[in-house]
Amino acid sequence: MIEELRKKAEELLRSDTVKVVFGYGEGSTPERTRPVFITKPEDVNKLTWNKYCVYNLTTYLKRQETRKLGKPAIIVKGCDAKTIIVLLKECQIKREDVYVLGVTCDGVGEPLATKCKACDVNTPRIYDDLVGEKIENKEIPFDERYAELDEYEKLSEKEKWDFWQKQFAKCIKCYACSSICPLCFCDRCIVDKNQPQWIDPSAHPRGNLSWNVTRAYHLAGRCINCEECQRVCPVDIPLNLLNKKLAKETEKNFKYRSGYNIDDELAMSTYKEEDNQDFFK
Amino acid sequence: MSETKFEPKIIAFLCNWCTYAGADLAGTGRKEYQANVRIIKLPCTGGIDPLFLIKAFERGADGILVSGCHPGDCHYNSGNYHARRRWNVFRPLLEFCGINPERIQFSWISAAEGGKWVETINGVVDAVRALGPFEGYQKLNTMGPDISGEAATSGETG
Repeated sequence: MIEELRKKAEELLRSDTVKVVFGYGEGSTPERTRPVFITKPEDVNKLTWNKYCVYNLTTYLKRQETRKLGKPAIIVKGCDAKTIIVLLKECQIKREDVYVLGVTCDGVGEPLATKCKACDVNTPRIYDDLVGEKIENKEIPFDERYAELDEYEKLSEKEKWDFWQKQFAKCIKCYACSSICPLCFCDRCIVDKNQPQWIDPSAHPRGNLSWNVTRAYHLAGRCINCEECQRVCPVDIPLNLLNKKLAKETEKNFKYRSGYNIDDELAMSTYKEEDNQDFFK
Repeated sequence: MSETKFEPKIIAFLCNWCTYAGADLAGTGRKEYQANVRIIKLPCTGGIDPLFLIKAFERGADGILVSGCHPGDCHYNSGNYHARRRWNVFRPLLEFCGINPERIQFSWISAAEGGKWVETINGVVDAVRALGPFEGYQKLNTMGPDISGEAATSGETG
């Protein structure tokens, strides 16, 4: 599979279809990988593929530095490909400006990443070219997909509050979560704005709550659960629980799953007259 | 201290066209309601960023009411529908973080429903009074930045 990937990348670069290939390269130890940006066909041997390719490379589609390199081919797993669908829907990229090199994947991480436990996109749902044996995408029932949330939803109000306060208190406001997020692409984030100052910039419990809630909320109906925010968090806040909770509510209320179907309207930019309003007086 | 009766602070975010006018009608109709509410008038519920609500809690609100036009009556045609989508996900998110959903309430009140305004706001005030002050959040305001227990004890630098 690695050979096939390298061959495809070489072809794309030689034919000048793309200027750069975003892929995974070997890391400092065998169980690590790092992003590589291949611009010359002779460098394609730097590309690799293994179960440690956990990262979502689509985050480089939003960055100025990597955008400057020209049209990219990007190596995506099924989960990462969901980001491409959202970015297309949100008009952040044009379909013709990115070459999607899909890889089939049966789980990454050692131990297996949480996101892989209920994976239903082993084969990407969008690609220009597919590398690897096609895997039939399974259907996973709603409850199973959000099973991770059960133990937290069961908690009492006070337990929930205490749990999250303990988590948020750790936050050092490094903003790694939003820097890594492929869908947090505002040039100027709400936390950078100080007139008025909506969110306290210091790592104080009060601002930490607003920041973490706001970060999650701004991804409502958009997050594709790549879990990168949680992976990069230096203080291990389980950020993806918040994202997942929002995904669950979006699916439950609006029958919308982010990144699954390019024809679906974005959940938060549309509405239906029959939307739930049980909680309205 | 314990003898001072707790009076909740309620912030109401109202749309200019319906609920605000409804509240106004309650006033001109000389209807009485509890005075715990501070009204913030906005053009449309569709323009209410969830951060407004978080900010209200940060600044000491014990409860919040968001109210606008009935579905189909929005002055801007669809503002309240968009707002409704937002609250549909924002409310469970706060609940997930341990904030009692009773502290954030939503309603549709038209310009002709002065009576419903009185009823709703009294309901919110009573519900929040029963819950007591939002101590959890208010405590956050007075806390220093968290120097976590372990770090503070293990790295005693004096």
